[in-house]
Parts: sequence; C-alpha cells; structure tokens
Amino acid sequence: MLEINGIGKVYRVGVLGNTRVNAVREVSFALGPGEVVSVIGESGSGKTTLGRMILRLTPASTGTITFAGKDIAALRGRALKNYYREVQGVFQDPFSSYNPVFKADRVFAMIRAGYFPGLSGAAWRTRVTEALAAVRLTPEAVLDKYPHQLSGGQLQRMLIARALLLDIRVLVADEIISMLDASTRIDVLNLLGDLKERGLAIVFITHDLALGNYISDRTLILRRGDVVECGATGAVFGNPVHPYTRRLLSSVPRLHKKWGQVAAELTEPPGRCPVHANGSAAALVEVAPEHQVACLAAGADQPCPDGVTAGHADR
Amino acid sequence: MGLQVTGLKVYYRTLRGDVRAVDDVTFGVEDGEIMGLAGESGSGKSTLGKSLIRMDSRMRHVAGRVDLDHKELPIADDEDMREFRFKEVSLIPQYAMSALNPTRRIGRMIEELLRSRGIPFDDVRSELNRRLELVGLDPEVLTRYPIELSGGMRQRTVMVLATLLDPSLLIADEITSALDVSTQRAVAEALVGFRDRGFVDSLIVITHDISLVYQIADTIMVMYAGKLAEKAPTEVLVNTPRHPYTQALLSALPEVGVRYEGKRLAGIPGSPPSLRNPPAGCRFAARCPLAFGKCAEEPPFVEIEPGHFAACWKAS
Repeated sequence: MLEINGIGKVYRVGVLGNTRVNAVREVSFALGPGEVVSVIGESGSGKTTLGRMILRLTPASTGTITFAGKDIAALRGRALKNYYREVQGVFQDPFSSYNPVFKADRVFAMIRAGYFPGLSGAAWRTRVTEALAAVRLTPEAVLDKYPHQLSGGQLQRMLIARALLLDIRVLVADEIISMLDASTRIDVLNLLGDLKERGLAIVFITHDLALGNYISDRTLILRRGDVVECGATGAVFGNPVHPYTRRLLSSVPRLHKKWGQVAAELTEPPGRCPVHANGSAAALVEVAPEHQVACLAAGADQPCPDGVTAGHADR
Repeated sequence: MGLQVTGLKVYYRTLRGDVRAVDDVTFGVEDGEIMGLAGESGSGKSTLGKSLIRMDSRMRHVAGRVDLDHKELPIADDEDMREFRFKEVSLIPQYAMSALNPTRRIGRMIEELLRSRGIPFDDVRSELNRRLELVGLDPEVLTRYPIELSGGMRQRTVMVLATLLDPSLLIADEITSALDVSTQRAVAEALVGFRDRGFVDSLIVITHDISLVYQIADTIMVMYAGKLAEKAPTEVLVNTPRHPYTQALLSALPEVGVRYEGKRLAGIPGSPPSLRNPPAGCRFAARCPLAFGKCAEEPPFVEIEPGHFAACWKAS
C-alpha cells in the first residue's frame, strides 16, 4: 500500500547553506494494511524527518514514496487532499497541536469544514461520536472544553480521533507516547493495537525500544540517517547483530534486569561483517529470513570487523 | 545522619484555594543512600524535591520540618537557606540548559558562582578538572559556551558543578528524561560514581521512570497525589510491591520483549484527583481495584516490614 523506495533527505546548513547534512539516507520499506512498522532512533537519527516526508510536510531529496501506486511527490490540489484523507499524522506534544484560545474540539470542526462540507449536522455528530468511541473517549468528557481542561492523554486521543474522522489507512505516529504518564501510556498503545486490528497501517516513530517492541511487526533501527538493522521485530530484538542495536538494547533501563546483566548477555563478538565479508555492494544484507543488517562499523570513521571503513565523505 | 523529613506540607497558593502538592509527608534518607522518587506528573514529586532546597514564590511551607545531618533546614526562609544551598543541599535541574548562563563561558560562570559563595576559584580548580575528567569531559569545556556542548555534556557539566562542594544531599530532578538512552545510562551511572566516591552523601533521584531508578537506586519511594504511597528497598519494591498503585504502575510498563499480541498490558483507569480539594481518605481509592469501606479513612504511611513502608489498609 505505502512503499518507500531509497528515500533520502539532504539539508543544507551553515551560513551560506554550503554544508550538506544527510538527515536520512536510502531508507526503504513497504507497509501493508494492518501492519505496524516502528522506526527507532536516538535524537538526530532522522526518524522525524522520515515521518514528515511520508506526510509530505518535507519534500524528499532522493527516492520515492508511493501510496496506492502513485508517487506522492507528484500529487497536487484535489489529489493531495485525497492523500490526506487516507494518510494522517499525530505528533509528540499534544498541547502544541491545539490553539489554547479555542476549544479543543475545533480540530474536529476544521476537518468538517475541510473535508465534509456537505454532511448534515446529525450525520457529523454520529461520526464524531464513533471516532471518539474508537479512542475510548465520551463526547461529554471532551467536547466543548478548552485544551487546558483536558489531560495530555485525552488530548492525544482526540488527535487520533481527529485522524479517524477521515477514512485513514496510514497513521504516522511520531513519539505520541513519550509525553504521557506511565498509567495512560499503555492505553494509547493498546488503542493503536486495536486500530491495527481494524486494518490501519501505522508508522510508529519512537526512541523507546520497549514501546516499539510492544506494538510493531517490523522494526527499523536508524543511526544518523542510515538504517543499521531492520526486519521482523522478534528477530531484531531477539537476535540483534549490529553493535549499535546491541548498545541501544543494553542501555534501555529495564525492570528486573540490571544494565550490567544485559550487557553481559550481549557480549559475544559480532563476528564478520555481513556486508563486507562477501564483498556485497548492498547497504543492507539479509542475515536471516526477514532480518537485514548494515555494515557493522561502529561509526562512520571506524572500520568494520572486515577492515572496511564506511567513510561517508559528507560526515 | 542523613535526611529526615517529618510531616512536611507544601501548598501552592492560587486564587481558587490551596493546591496540596505535598501533603503530610514523612520519610528518611540514610547516609550513602540513593533514593529514587517516582510518580506521575502532578504527584508532587518535583515539589517535594524543590521544597528541600528552594521554595519559589508560589510555594508555601504549611507544616513539618526537615533535618539534614541533625540540623534543621530553614526551608521556609529563603535568606537563611542560602547558607545551605550548594554547600549542604544541591540540585541538578531537569534542563541543564536552564542552569547554565548562555552568555558566559562555562569556566567563567563557575568562577563567578564560587566567588559569590566566597570560595576562590583556584582552590577548587584542580578538583574541578579531575571531576570533569571523571565524567568523561575534557576540562577544555570550561572555555566553551553552553551552546557548544551537547545535551549530555551539559548535563554532566551541571552534575560536576552541583556537587563541587561535596554537598550532603543532592537532588536530581528528571535529569535523564531529555537524553538519549545511551547518554541516559552514562549520566545515571555517573551519579552512582559520585556517591561511591563520597562527593555526595545521599541522593534523591526524581523520575517518572521506575525502570531507570531500578538500575541505580538503593530504595524507591512512590508518590501519588501529594501523598507517599510506598517506600522500600529497590528489589523489594519492584518484585513484591504492596500498595495497589505501585502494583498497577509496574504492570503498566511495557518491557523489552513484551509484545502486544502475547501479553496485553493494562493501564490504570481514571485519573488522579484534584489537589485543590482532594477527597478525604485514601486518594487512590477511586481508581483502586481493592478499595473497600475503610478506605474512606486515610491510611497511615507505616512500616509493614523492616525498611518497607506503605500507606494502604490492605497492605498492613
């Protein structure tokens, strides 16, 4: 349904814009109905840029994104609006998505004005009630209230309901959990799970490995714009190959297991570099079914176990 | 020795009445103890941390006392506290950004700070360099402006600065929440190093992330709606929690390896009560699966086994 092919983003930075930074490089994946892909990375990994390119908020520098067979970069006018009927995003900070001067349900009214101008009041109210029910909110609890009268979890769920008012097929969820408290976090995650069962495809962008692991079918680990490891979530988390993935996993604070213990379990040396051991030209090599790994170099200027330095000239 | 807080009440004054953010809190932190203080937003954990060092203008000390190493801290008196701040009690705020003056080189800022406390910079200079190296920073950072350092570097600089005079008590307020996981680990482990080397005697690590304090703390205290819910040694609290709120909070945490299809975790229904007019009795009762008649009466925070405190009628 949604296909991302070798997508990249180059930002020009510096006073004269003559320094180039590759925010995202050569990322490819496909997303079908009811699938959840989690994009995991630390700050500066390009995970948010990737989400913004899918939402067409940022144009891609290289590569293509196709949705239902059409290149989204070419969409204009009505076709673009139709794209947004099916692909929507929800972002990290629910408070900044609302204008504090207006009531929170204005986000619904704007969808009505923009996409359903012909719908009758009664039909619209049914639609809103259904969307709110899908995110487990009641109209009495949230409608006709100002943003400051609602909790972060309620506001975040209203934004998901807003996306559901349109018949969306893909949701880009960028760090939507990280601002929420532990007791409401899991409810929003379970909600995404329910939506997935109804056939919604989700790009779940997060820095939190535990959250990504809980909800997704497939996982992409990004490091400074490059995919270092990807594949089925169970394979990536159960048998991490890349030293970067291992370092992330051993740094996540866990309950019932101390850092030292986790690190000790991941100590066996990584072995040969799957990319350079066979002289492969591809950036990612399959090490097991549904499990791909990039060159094992610990950084751009460090050699991999097979002595090859990746050395991207632009970093 | 150590910290002893007795019956502390700190309210926020608002036009519509007092917000009881810290409401009758009694606990102790031993010498050499790292205590994790966990709770959700609005539980009063940051207010409790702040009240031990500096009340802002909206905060009001209503009752209770705080003793540090058998001396009473004059927490209600901003002027009198001046003698204790930085020397006896120190704080690392959540955003290191807000602690570093953006218009000064870091070294100069530290120099000015020390001068304001009557301490010549040269007396501590070698110790400062040694400690910067200890947390993995080149002493050259002293010649830089805060904007030139990454978030993790700034956070570590502030840690070194806050503990430079070997305070008896250090309060770390959400210091790792804005950092990446690998930096988070380095910062958290540096805190333990500070305690092990004796730079600080006791530490209160305030966080919303119980799994983070599980990694580094000796004891964990959980707050809910301005009250203490439970305090116990780390392993005890995580493995055999007795307060229903702690139990629900721990079971709502997704761990690496837990999957939605395999094990669906449950959140806690409802939301915390308003602290402006909190309900009588146990404040968790409305959300508690075990609530019964007696919960209309407030449960005391009592020791149910050595070192394990809980405020729940069903726990004792």
